[in-house]
Amino acid sequence: MSFISLAMVLLLAIFLGFELIRKVPATLHTPLMSGANAVSGITVIGAFVFAGNDMGGLAKFFGVLAVFLATINVVGGYMVTDRMLSMFKGKGDRNAK
Amino acid sequence: MQNEFIINVVYLISAALFIIGLKLLSHPSTARRGNLLSAVGMLVAICITLIDQQIVSYQWILIALAAGSIVGAVVARKIALTSMPELVSLLNGIGGLASLAVAFAMVVGGSLATYIVVILLIAIAIGGVTFTGSLVAWAKLSGKLGNIIQTKAMVFKGQAIANSLLVLAIVLFAVGISFVPQMTFLVFVFVILCLALGVMLVLPIGGADMPVVISLLNSYSGLAACAAGIALNNNLLIVAGALVGASGIILTSIMCKAMNRSLTNVLFSGFKEVSSVST
Repeated sequence: MSFISLAMVLLLAIFLGFELIRKVPATLHTPLMSGANAVSGITVIGAFVFAGNDMGGLAKFFGVLAVFLATINVVGGYMVTDRMLSMFKGKGDRNAK
Repeated sequence: MQNEFIINVVYLISAALFIIGLKLLSHPSTARRGNLLSAVGMLVAICITLIDQQIVSYQWILIALAAGSIVGAVVARKIALTSMPELVSLLNGIGGLASLAVAFAMVVGGSLATYIVVILLIAIAIGGVTFTGSLVAWAKLSGKLGNIIQTKAMVFKGQAIANSLLVLAIVLFAVGISFVPQMTFLVFVFVILCLALGVMLVLPIGGADMPVVISLLNSYSGLAACAAGIALNNNLLIVAGALVGASGIILTSIMCKAMNRSLTNVLFSGFKEVSSVST
């Protein structure tokens, strides 16, 4: 894909990100941060190509390392977010921090 | 070719799931469902990427996926309710390190166009700052390294100058590497400099401001993923990374406003105290 269309996608995604989070109650700050953090573990799909290839020891090593680390981020991130949000429901609108 | 088409269609679906998930996450009644949707988006993205034809062996991928899942799940289950912000910080740092590792693998992996190298160096720099910055934030919040990293703002004389020199060195190395990307040694030094910068940036910030710092670093980790996506030509990495980056910045500014302060005030207030003490 050309650089310009990538830049276009980037631009639209940034504006969308701004709009999505405009109004968020203070109680949700920490879970939202945590949930967004889990999304940033998407790096894992970029790491697959290096981890599953044989183009040199160093690239493969760092690829595998990246898959491992990003998976911790994804799994841990979603599970912790879910745990935070499950507490909310039971106890009503209490501050999460 | 057909594989690539299928992958991209599924990426589109998963991007939509991330967007809807983030939207639902910002309302109390739907937040849990939003998180679940976002997780589903991640799962389908991971599964479909595994059919990529560039992947020749699965052994190490599966080992790393399994090991990472176990560590992540155990940590998320075992952690005490009170130390969740610390865990978020730690996970965020790990995510930054993952982006750094991907970008590093690509730099050492083969011959690349110069602009790709520059983008990868940006990804390494942001990932590195996110990693060590989050570690310092974690240490400040948990107080586990209390005798080395204090919870209060840590400032020393000439810190501003040291930081400026560090940034200058990072830029110089980046320029050098973009001319001779095959010199792995230079890339190693570049990584270390970026890691040092992360420590230096968070040390002078007081422990009470850590939630804001973590939110900002969270935004950085999105940007690192986004930069890696541009270099890898991967749309989903770009969209998801930019979403996290942009929403993280907005969340940071909302949190600053709630404390009646500006972001620059949070980031540099430690320095101001020193200058007001010395005058």
